[in-house]
Amino acid sequence: MSDLASAPGIAKGTDSTLAHIVYVLRSNPVTLLAFAMFAVLIITAILGPALVPYDPLESNAARALQPPSFDHWFGTDNLGRDVLSRVVVATRLDLAISVAAVALSFVIGSVLGSIAGYWGGWIDAVLNRLFDTIMAFPLFVLAMGIVAALGNTVENIVYATAVINIPFYARLVRAEVNIRRDAGFAQAAKLAGNSDIRVLALHIFPNALPPMMVQVSLNLGWAILNAAGLSFIGLGVRPPTAEWGIMVAEGANFIVSGEWWLAIFPGLALMFAVFTFNLLGDGLRDIVDPRQRS
Amino acid sequence: MSLLSIQGLKVAFRTRRGSVDAVRGVSLDVDKGEILGIVGESGSGKSVTSYALMRLLDRNGSITGGALSYGGIDLKTVRESTMRDLRGREISMIFQNPRAALNPIRKVGHQIEDVLRRHSRATRSTAKAEAIKALGAVKIRDAEARYNAYPFELSGGMCQRIVIALALACDPKLLIADEPTTGLDITTQKAVMDLIAELISERGMSAMVITHDLGLAAQYCDRIVVMKDGEVVEEGSAERLFTAPQHAYTRKLVDATPRAGASIRSLLPAEQRTPEPVLPVSDTPLLEVRDLVKNFHGKSGPVHAVKGISFSVMKGQSVGLVGESGCGKSTTSSIVVRLADPTSGEILFDGEDLAKTPAKNFARDPRRAKIQMVFQDATDSFNPRHTARHSIEEPLARLGGLSRRDRKERVGELADLVGLPRPLLDRFPHQLSGGQKARVGIARAIALDPEFLVLDEPTAALDVSIQAIVLNLLVDLRAKLGISYLFVSHDLHVVRLLCDYVIVMRDGEIVEEGPAAKVMLAPSHPYTQELLAAAPVPPALQEPSSSAAE
Repeated sequence: MSDLASAPGIAKGTDSTLAHIVYVLRSNPVTLLAFAMFAVLIITAILGPALVPYDPLESNAARALQPPSFDHWFGTDNLGRDVLSRVVVATRLDLAISVAAVALSFVIGSVLGSIAGYWGGWIDAVLNRLFDTIMAFPLFVLAMGIVAALGNTVENIVYATAVINIPFYARLVRAEVNIRRDAGFAQAAKLAGNSDIRVLALHIFPNALPPMMVQVSLNLGWAILNAAGLSFIGLGVRPPTAEWGIMVAEGANFIVSGEWWLAIFPGLALMFAVFTFNLLGDGLRDIVDPRQRS
Repeated sequence: MSLLSIQGLKVAFRTRRGSVDAVRGVSLDVDKGEILGIVGESGSGKSVTSYALMRLLDRNGSITGGALSYGGIDLKTVRESTMRDLRGREISMIFQNPRAALNPIRKVGHQIEDVLRRHSRATRSTAKAEAIKALGAVKIRDAEARYNAYPFELSGGMCQRIVIALALACDPKLLIADEPTTGLDITTQKAVMDLIAELISERGMSAMVITHDLGLAAQYCDRIVVMKDGEVVEEGSAERLFTAPQHAYTRKLVDATPRAGASIRSLLPAEQRTPEPVLPVSDTPLLEVRDLVKNFHGKSGPVHAVKGISFSVMKGQSVGLVGESGCGKSTTSSIVVRLADPTSGEILFDGEDLAKTPAKNFARDPRRAKIQMVFQDATDSFNPRHTARHSIEEPLARLGGLSRRDRKERVGELADLVGLPRPLLDRFPHQLSGGQKARVGIARAIALDPEFLVLDEPTAALDVSIQAIVLNLLVDLRAKLGISYLFVSHDLHVVRLLCDYVIVMRDGEIVEEGPAAKVMLAPSHPYTQELLAAAPVPPALQEPSSSAAE
């Protein structure tokens, strides 16, 4: 029975998941770098306030607008606050906004997209036109409008960012679910006694995860930019809260007069975060895709 | 001097686990005007050999040794630009999947023009006429109208004709046909192979036909090379290979090829032949289908997929449902297994009408466990995210009502029953071979001790030696567990081995039915006769008893 000639056995359970993650990280140095950068972001977000040398909100008129120095690595702003401390502390807020927004749009988009893709018909047509309508707006203007209408709070930034991202998830999930709707394994799941909803949720949807992971990580970058952009134009987060978007906005006034460090450092932090998320996508996809294991 | 000569060809692929030798020292020659068959099972390196000589290997593959010479040209060292001239004009290829080989968004006529103009066989003004001539040459009726067709508008057999027209457009001297009829119906297969054979002899070309089907190769090739694990194990005329195979592997392949007069056990290698099991069949009907009708809404009015068919399956009986694609056999089987609803008709199972419960509610019907199915495409029918164990356990968890520990034990028993080594249970589908996946699929289907099993071409994608093992496994399981089968297939020879009763379908209607032996030996309907005649039968094996179809 040549078909049964067995290859080396495969370790079970968590062992192999861990081994697989190690394999993915090892095989692609870019992914390893992305995960290292992501770890820096996470650690900064969690421990940031405990690490910084100064209180990010404490103003000191005597030390206003000092250039980067040994005492103040990133310099001080127009109120004498330490820019480094503010950049570090802002990480938590910016990450929280983007992660919350992306999580929200992921969940809502997945549910709506799955329904549209699996059942099709009029419900699919209605949902698709709804997504078309959302996407027809310039998305940033739509987000501005939502925040302006709902009120100027951090939660509303999250909701606005979530709403403008829902169509991207919904469409992706719809396409992925649709091609698997009549797949053999979906029919086999029905034969095993699964109802339509169970087949959809437990068998078809998880197979859409690998491409979703790429979307999630790219989206985290966009969401950070979006939140910062809203703050930049004065919506959402309000001063004196430390947030990258506001800091860039406030610092922009001083660039002309030569105090570049006010805007550059939060801007670089923003860039670092977006870059990290963009790099992360492919690695995440490889990790959640069992077919990459061999 | 031979037209093509391959000496000690070696091809290796770089993979995650180091270098893999796909071809290890293959030597073969193709003479002028000769048709050489290369036969082997998946992984034997037969396709890689042809890709290597066309220099179309994937990026991670490379020729690591040997010599390739075509008409005095060294194909291994010749420049890529010369190679591009050779491809199509001197050496041409027909691919496995005709639909994938054609550009889906370009009219077929234009695709032929592209080839003609690439090799300066036509100018802009003459291209259309030449293309239509090429279409006519492969016996496409109404070639002028077909010129404007897109591949999706054509049937599989028609697409393959287009691919042949493309391959032959520039009068190549050597044609490589890589599994040219896989996925085509048996009557279409015969038409396509006859066409290829005719065109080759008409034009005095040479050809290499790569196939897994020994019978097909025997019928159409002058000489056959048998390959296994990247090596040539035997070479000779078709007749010699069938009557006096020298190598054990050739013997095994010859044995495993389903053919008239063979019994199910004789497909296995001699040392594995155990006595055939006794199959008790009762006279009590288990499943009765009455006036089953299924209509679909098509773009141009309703499509009548199944036109009021009736049949019954007795307890313990195995019934074969035979027909070509589009005959309604798959629609019928998915209705019987309650994945789809009929337009009208009754499906009596133990006297109760199953059609009264809509398919979408049937998942929770108490009778769900009694009717199960083995799917055609083993790869497609497994969730890529679930291990084999998870897939087999799924029906037990949903319908079996067993505790976690009992389930684990039951999965182990099932694995033993279908002959799947237990360590393989923790693998994902993509880590299993075709034969192993077939076993997992069968284990999953019998997990709940069903009374009735629909087998939808469970061996269509398998190599013949694996098919032999799986067919024998199905017979043993039927004897052991007393399950009734509805075996859906396009291959009459396979059906005869497994079934007591045969139903032949065409265009949604039953054209002939009766005991398997009778339908096979004395078919009354012309369509059944045509099906039987289309199956390739190596001349050396033709037995007097099977010639009733003539």
